[in-house]
Amino acid sequence: MGKIIVFAQHNDGKLIKSTLVALTAAEELRRVWGCAAITAVTLGQGAASAAEELLQYGVEDVRFSEDELFAQYRAEPFGRAIALAAKEMGASVVVGAANSTGKDVLPRVAVLLEGAQASDIIGVNEDGSLKRPMYAGNVIADVEVSSDVRIVSIRGTAFSAATPGTQGGAKAVLELAGDAELVEQDRFGKIVGFEQSKADRPELTDAEVVVSGGRALASAENFEKIVFPLADALKGAVGASRAAVDSGYAPNDWQVGQTGKVVAPSLYFAIGISGAIQHLAGMKDSKVIVAINKDPDAPIFEVADYGLVADLFDVVPELTSLIESKK
Amino acid sequence: MKILVPIKRVPDWQIKLKLLADGSDIQRDGIKWIINTFDEIAVEEAIRLKEQGVVSEIVLASVGPSDTKSRLEYALAMGADSAILVNHDGPVDSDLASRVLAAIYSRHEFGMIIMGKQAIDSDSSQTAQLLAARLNLPQACFASKVEIEGERATVTREVDGGLEVLEVPMPCVISTDLRLNEPRYAALPNLMKAKKKPFEEITLESLGVSAEVKVSVKSMVFPEARSAGRKVADVVELVAALQEEAKVL
Repeated sequence: MGKIIVFAQHNDGKLIKSTLVALTAAEELRRVWGCAAITAVTLGQGAASAAEELLQYGVEDVRFSEDELFAQYRAEPFGRAIALAAKEMGASVVVGAANSTGKDVLPRVAVLLEGAQASDIIGVNEDGSLKRPMYAGNVIADVEVSSDVRIVSIRGTAFSAATPGTQGGAKAVLELAGDAELVEQDRFGKIVGFEQSKADRPELTDAEVVVSGGRALASAENFEKIVFPLADALKGAVGASRAAVDSGYAPNDWQVGQTGKVVAPSLYFAIGISGAIQHLAGMKDSKVIVAINKDPDAPIFEVADYGLVADLFDVVPELTSLIESKK
Repeated sequence: MKILVPIKRVPDWQIKLKLLADGSDIQRDGIKWIINTFDEIAVEEAIRLKEQGVVSEIVLASVGPSDTKSRLEYALAMGADSAILVNHDGPVDSDLASRVLAAIYSRHEFGMIIMGKQAIDSDSSQTAQLLAARLNLPQACFASKVEIEGERATVTREVDGGLEVLEVPMPCVISTDLRLNEPRYAALPNLMKAKKKPFEEITLESLGVSAEVKVSVKSMVFPEARSAGRKVADVVELVAALQEEAKVL
């Protein structure tokens, strides 16, 4: 196989954790598929420093662009730039994080490079097949990608984050002239607004502690009154079950599960969550799971390390103040 | 404006799946099938756009075995106008689905495509994006709000960290997220009437699309179950366990 190119996402020039995870997965793919080298492409304001950081992880060659086209993420210009960089590098494998940007852009790269994509990979098998969850996490499949060019998106909780290694690679500006379509076009669309979720808590997929609430919370106000204080006492992120999102108690951005976010914190609290398989698929790799539910037969207790059968409205505030008092 | 709504038939998420003895696939015989939940949201959104007078005609399309017909008829009963079923018994990956849909799109004049952000069986979340790239159209994926004004769509997208509002020119491809709407139920009399709506059955050959798949499942297993821990009596015992045993506090 040819080289691997990693689509490296960053926040103002700092690589995000899911990119470091993708770098680890890329190294496994390089070994198993016998790829020549790992390269990378990074875009947007701060891409030059992100490129510098990539070199610390042993990436051989990086293309970056801070062109105005990439000031905000948009699917087509990003897709075209990634495909252009892949062609320049002679890469036949494109790897990226399966976060919302990766999910949105990588299939476009697959079309531009006439390849095919395996999504949300959780493991690389020695025979070259890839492990991925299907059917809301009810099934783990080994899949084979037979196209010459392969696109692989990586689940953020499935591999460890890469650590800095040998340096010695090079970086260069991505010359956009290689794709005549890479000039501002109406078709690319325009971002006309962004409503940030409450930002004083850690990002759900990065947090060490996640406190999630379910339908039993019964209202958005109760989420604020019951779930938020516990999350804040533990400096954790707030999550929600699909049922709670469906009922309008929490934004979809907080949804933990196969159709939402997949998390694997050190400590996960499931509060008033029954434990539908689609929710379990999003949190069962957490190190320690605590379940609080009134129903002793709730399936969540089958995966919880510690279960407390009680009325959440009584015990969660009690738990919060006990934790506060021990600080 | 004519709108294309692709549909996938998937196993009912409420049933307990079984695997074939050789682990090559799930047991498909005799199980209950539903419209992919995100596609059902897309059908509902198309109907609402028709009710607003933005859309004049809703065309459904699916690729799959012949009994997919009953699921398409359900969506017709919800309020879609006609359906195209590409009869195919073999495996369908996202790439093949997108090639089929691109071929159908090219044979009609559609102003827009709206479809689920992912199918709840394969969970790949690719087909809408692949289709947009193939047709060189703008995409607005993971939509929680869709507004059409003239030749432009303003779509609120559910992305990491918040809600992004993206404006794109039409025609475009929109993929639906969970909170976009709550699909209506098809009323029984409509189910009978749906059988009289235009229904076209065609083949891959007639579309000039090859049946090749590029991502194939070799084997399947159930994930290892996480074993249950223990029940604690109260908050004090819980905190003690988290501090002393699990050492996570």
